[in-house]
Amino acid sequence: MNTATITRESKTQSNTSALWAETISNANENVIDCAVDEIYYGNFLAVRNSHVPIKKGGITGFIGPSGCGKSTVLRCLNRMNDLIPGFQIKGKVTYHGSDIYAKGVDPVLVRRYIGMVFQQPNPFSMSIFDNVAFGLRLNHFKGDIAERVQLALERAALWTEVKDKLQNSGLSLSGGQQQRLCIARAIATEPDVLLMDEPCSALDPIATRQVEELMLELKKNYTVALVTHNMQQATRVADYTAFFGVDISQNGRTGRLVEMGLTEQIFNNPQQDLTKQYVAGEFS
Amino acid sequence: MTVNPFNPSDTTDSVCCQPTAKEYTFDSVFRAICYSAALAIIVLLIYIVLEIGIKAVPSFQEFGFGFITGTTWDAVAQEFGVLPEIWGTLYSALLALVLGGVLGVSIAIFLTQDFIPAKIAVVFRTMVELLAAIPSVVYGLWGIYVLIPLLRPMSVWLNEHFGYIPFFGTELNGPGMAPAALVLAIMILPTVAAISVDALRRIPYKLREAVYGMGTTRWEAILKVILPTASSGILAALVLAFGRALGETMALAMLIGNSNQINLSLFAPANTLASLLASSFPEADNMEVQALMYAAMVLLAITFLVNVLGYRIQQFTMRKFEGKP
Amino acid sequence: MTNISVPKNAPQLQKQWFERRALFNTVLTGLVWFAALLGSIPLLSVIFMLVMEGGSRLGWETLTALPPAGFDQGGGFGNAILGTLTMVAIASAISIPLGLLAAIFIGVLYPHSTTASAARFVAKTLTGFPSILAGVFTYAVLVVTTGYSALAGGIALAVLMLPTVVLAAEEALRQVPKKMSDAAYGMGCTRSQVILKIVLPTALPGVMTGILLAIAGAAGESAPLLFTALFSNYYISDLMEPTASLSILIYNFSAMPFENQIQLAWTASLTLVLIVLVFNILARLIGQPKI
Repeated sequence: MNTATITRESKTQSNTSALWAETISNANENVIDCAVDEIYYGNFLAVRNSHVPIKKGGITGFIGPSGCGKSTVLRCLNRMNDLIPGFQIKGKVTYHGSDIYAKGVDPVLVRRYIGMVFQQPNPFSMSIFDNVAFGLRLNHFKGDIAERVQLALERAALWTEVKDKLQNSGLSLSGGQQQRLCIARAIATEPDVLLMDEPCSALDPIATRQVEELMLELKKNYTVALVTHNMQQATRVADYTAFFGVDISQNGRTGRLVEMGLTEQIFNNPQQDLTKQYVAGEFS
Repeated sequence: MTVNPFNPSDTTDSVCCQPTAKEYTFDSVFRAICYSAALAIIVLLIYIVLEIGIKAVPSFQEFGFGFITGTTWDAVAQEFGVLPEIWGTLYSALLALVLGGVLGVSIAIFLTQDFIPAKIAVVFRTMVELLAAIPSVVYGLWGIYVLIPLLRPMSVWLNEHFGYIPFFGTELNGPGMAPAALVLAIMILPTVAAISVDALRRIPYKLREAVYGMGTTRWEAILKVILPTASSGILAALVLAFGRALGETMALAMLIGNSNQINLSLFAPANTLASLLASSFPEADNMEVQALMYAAMVLLAITFLVNVLGYRIQQFTMRKFEGKP
Repeated sequence: MTNISVPKNAPQLQKQWFERRALFNTVLTGLVWFAALLGSIPLLSVIFMLVMEGGSRLGWETLTALPPAGFDQGGGFGNAILGTLTMVAIASAISIPLGLLAAIFIGVLYPHSTTASAARFVAKTLTGFPSILAGVFTYAVLVVTTGYSALAGGIALAVLMLPTVVLAAEEALRQVPKKMSDAAYGMGCTRSQVILKIVLPTALPGVMTGILLAIAGAAGESAPLLFTALFSNYYISDLMEPTASLSILIYNFSAMPFENQIQLAWTASLTLVLIVLVFNILARLIGQPKI
């Protein structure tokens, strides 16, 4: 129970709601503790001073205007940013107590345990079954693959629609179905944490609704970190919300965490001015 | 060995596991193999140039640059010179480029600028692709038994009436420059057409809208805007085609006459570097082989120069017509 | 009912055919049509000759018999067909793996590295390479030590196939959408797993097209075989012996003063063109992407 890991002097952690302080003091409930000091793409300072704990068993939403670094921070959690040339991070991202950016840690390893769903649905060009089974086979699962595939598809609310056509290509589904397929693929291996980077932005409203309902179901079994550009979605779905803002003070648009807390508190009683303006819809 | 920071007991129900040592090793080995393959390609070209070059050195020491200006190829007298071959190579390729280039670009315009409905365009495209698929020897065979008999009476007529023009200075007695250049033109036509079609297709629809919106006729639009915009692609096609024409061997060996002379006449026999290699190599003795290697180096050099020149021209047109730096 | 009066200087909207612009248009259009038809004539002529001259002898007898000597009648080119297929197979066995692995490196693994740029440049340079020089190279490297052989012929063909395979495969691999490989990385695949499990299978139709087109080209080549595989009047028995090929047979027979041989040359040409066509059509069919 290490309150010190959270309440260390981070310059942005400025909300003081008692409820929040109590929640974050249960530090052993943090699956990922992301403490970013600086993130660079080449010479460009993309994000600074963002300390975002991800709580177990809940949905943590990242909201903010475009360019505020929410996707960048999310992608740090599973080291996906390593694929971008010139990426550099100063800070620590601890997963179950160990820093995933420590020397000698293999990003491939990290990504096995942390699943990701992307903005554009991106099923592989193979059958629906093979898509969901991909992670199971990759991790040398020795049990009943078909059973796990069915379970994942059921949890992704896709089973009834595809159970008779599991051998069809994943690309033959509609946009919303493809995204749910990608979710099923990600959860088939029962990862600890599921990262979702604006999963509904490429979907129509009906499909969005379905995925949002799905997220509420997923909450029962998985820890989710969600980036969304739609703050109403955060109010509907997220338990905790982190609001990111853009700092143009030092020549350039650097993102930073402005405020974080329980969703009701961020939206009904924001502490920072910037947060107040954003949730009032004064800018987006 | 990579560090696993995750305690397995934290993720009990999970299937996730760390990659096995075998997977890590395979990954490193596979990437190393791919790297070696890429290196091998680079090494191959160097090896080719070196191998031919080294074998050409004795001949270079013997003949020096006189090789390039000499006009006899006599294996018995051990006198070797490739000026007629260089002439033949460039002349035939140039003739082919003019004819094949004009035809190829015209066909490309024909296929892409709405002159015919799409379905018929497919037929023509298929025909162009078929032209490309026919092997060089088959064109040679066709040239001998169809083209030369066809051209002979024409050459006689032209020689009779226009013999004072150097192009028609002689009659066609069999193989010669004209049938060779014609077949060469047919062979490079598909290359020019295909690449030009690509270049024309890549022109954004908005541009065509803008041009036609100003009230141009179809040809005004094509000549003033569309062709210039596609010019770098079309030029690339022409350069590539010219390069292919320079290196073409079999059809020329069968049609050009293998005669080591320099003659402006379209109907005189001639020789190219490639056909020289093709016809002389099998019977060559050691001395001649070295000379042939020298000839091969000359061909390599010409091809390389053309490639570089073409690249420069392309850069220039890209800058001029497309505003690329 | 208002009477719309046309002002005096209203422009003539009807096109007058004799106007300079319209005439210019018509003439050029005519020229372009002429070019298209002119380009079709050689093709039709070649096809006509192949079918007329070559079609009559096409049969099981011709396809399996051995080439006739000077004044002989009959005969065929069975050994030439086998020789061509054998050498193309050797060439494929060398160029396909090498080309594919190199393409993976320059297209997917490290596309911006200097090695990749150099390899790409070399491949582009080699595509325009005079085919006879591949024969000269293989002669210098292999034939001087081991003599004329089918293997040497295969290697010369491999040198010609390689650039096509590399460039076509690289293009096909780069067409795989980045989001698909992102998904694979997200699931914790190593780089080689991303390539072998996702990128390559997805790019396979395009890669196969490139390979089949390269094979079609190699089957029709003759210059590189002139002094590597030479020729033979018998069926191939040993890879280290000279062997017949359809293209060299056509070349040899075309110059002979015998009616029989010339006819066989046409029939062999027809056969060769059919083989090349089959590979071209296969390439077209397989190139249909997966949904």
